[in-house]
Amino acid sequence: MSETVLETRKLGIGYPGHAVGRDIEIEVNRGQVLCLLGPNGGGKTTLFKTMLGLLSPQAGEVRLDGAPLARLPRAEVAKRIAYVPQAHTAHFPYRVIDMVLMGRTAHLGAFATPGPRDREMAHAALETLGIADLAGHEYTRISGGQRQLALVARALAQDSPTLVMDEPTASLDFGNQVLVLERVRQLAATGLSIVLSTHDPDHAFTCADRVAILSGGGIAAYGPPARIVTAKRLRDVYGVDVRIEKLSGGQTVCVPSFSV
Amino acid sequence: MTSGTRESRAVDPTPGSAAGSTGFAASFIAILAAIVAALALAAATIGAYPVTFAQMIAALTGGETTDQTAATVLLQVRLPRIAAALLVGASLAAAGAVYQGLFRNPLVSPDILGVSTGAGLGAVLGIFLSLPLAFIQLFAFIGGLATVALVYVIASSVRGREPVLVLVLAGVVVGSLAGAMISLLKVLADPYDQLPAITFWLLGSLASTRADDVLGVVPAVFIGLVPLVLLRWRINVLSLGDEEARALGVEAGRVRIIVVAAATLMTASVVAISGVIGWVGLVIPHIARMVVGPNFDRLLPTSMLMGAGYLLLVDTLARTMAQVETPLGILTAILGAPFFLWLLARGREGWS
Repeated sequence: MSETVLETRKLGIGYPGHAVGRDIEIEVNRGQVLCLLGPNGGGKTTLFKTMLGLLSPQAGEVRLDGAPLARLPRAEVAKRIAYVPQAHTAHFPYRVIDMVLMGRTAHLGAFATPGPRDREMAHAALETLGIADLAGHEYTRISGGQRQLALVARALAQDSPTLVMDEPTASLDFGNQVLVLERVRQLAATGLSIVLSTHDPDHAFTCADRVAILSGGGIAAYGPPARIVTAKRLRDVYGVDVRIEKLSGGQTVCVPSFSV
Repeated sequence: MTSGTRESRAVDPTPGSAAGSTGFAASFIAILAAIVAALALAAATIGAYPVTFAQMIAALTGGETTDQTAATVLLQVRLPRIAAALLVGASLAAAGAVYQGLFRNPLVSPDILGVSTGAGLGAVLGIFLSLPLAFIQLFAFIGGLATVALVYVIASSVRGREPVLVLVLAGVVVGSLAGAMISLLKVLADPYDQLPAITFWLLGSLASTRADDVLGVVPAVFIGLVPLVLLRWRINVLSLGDEEARALGVEAGRVRIIVVAAATLMTASVVAISGVIGWVGLVIPHIARMVVGPNFDRLLPTSMLMGAGYLLLVDTLARTMAQVETPLGILTAILGAPFFLWLLARGREGWS
């Protein structure tokens, strides 16, 4: 049972007068995790914004659940695909529960405010991520890792089958990185599809079903982690020497080979 | 799911800061409303011609023992003025809360964005052309809206700089340009007839506000307020920024235009009766946010009540503390400027 929830066809991405990538073709099935690797400036964020309909494609199209994204109104897009931005510092000290409730906006009428049912879903989302006790805290006063989890909770409250996470582990300490990746796997196990970008190829081994390397204006490689994340390819993309090692526990890791 | 989460909206089971909790906010707003009502009653008795509560009740109910002078003072002068102070304060504070949320900048306000000056320019032009009040209001609205639009376009076209700084600077620049145009109109105006009227606008005063003036702007203020109340949840979402708001399913551009137009309509309408009164729209939403948090559901009513009460206090002070009326704009600046400096000194912490 491999239902495609997100696919791009001959997609060209970029800003007016500045193409970033073209002929991007990826497919994400229900319950799959797609990990997007690539150097800085390779277009990961631009691709995400195009997938979310925040940027218009320069060519080709994005399809959500088989429907062309360009024809969907904003609320319908939000019901199909949720965005988890990098943990940011908010300008205003909303409580965590209010922040998560904002994920319910797409399901509310234009003039409505969240009701008891929305509150229940928001609390359930916090509980799923193990941060129910933060509900009443101010979003501006919790740690970066907690903020990232709160934003994931907001995306869960949004109740869309696909989550797009822009470098969810960036600026998190080691413990929080592991925590967030663990949650990603758990969420995928419940049937959610997740697209995430990362700077650490190890994360591809940890949580991804598919890996796409975005480099040089297009998808340089696309497929299962074991086939895509190789020493040669990492050298091509990042310009450094790396060894791929299998640990005795069965995990695969990337180790930089330092020349000195 | 804990058992507490199924409780009604009025009782929020979540722990945390008292400032954010729904129950606290609701009772705070109720108490605030009572205080503002009490202030309004008290203000009606104070003034050059003191009126007792008994006289006030008699005047309002048209009782037998009515003191005619007291009735005239109350109905013709004092009550319209009190109503104007409440309306102007509430509107400026509401607009300030909206601008701060939408421009994601706790330091913007109708004054800093140049809206007040732009609306002032429109009003001054209306006076200069000897137009009736409705047109002065219309001009004030167009002036205010054009200023916001111009400031926003400038700020968003200057990329790669500190956006907050650019927005504030653009507001200062456009505001002072509008100020220069006002000066030009003052030079050109008839010094015996128009110039005093123009000067009155620019200092801000409710001294000659008549009941008709107040009733004249109530519809416009109401029309501005309705979208703010209806879209209160979307205003929260918009305060996360356009991109996130769109990802959450909000047609950000459209909602933003409606909400900014509504807030500008409120500002411009009251500027048409009060003249330019600065600082209220900056200071009051801050204090309100410190007490009830940033959720617009509570921030809007709290800001409006605080703004109404604050401007009533300041106006009562303005008409009683000296033989000559003190212009409101001067008093609000004397009170507001130190607060603004205190905010700056507290740094980011103070913005929240």
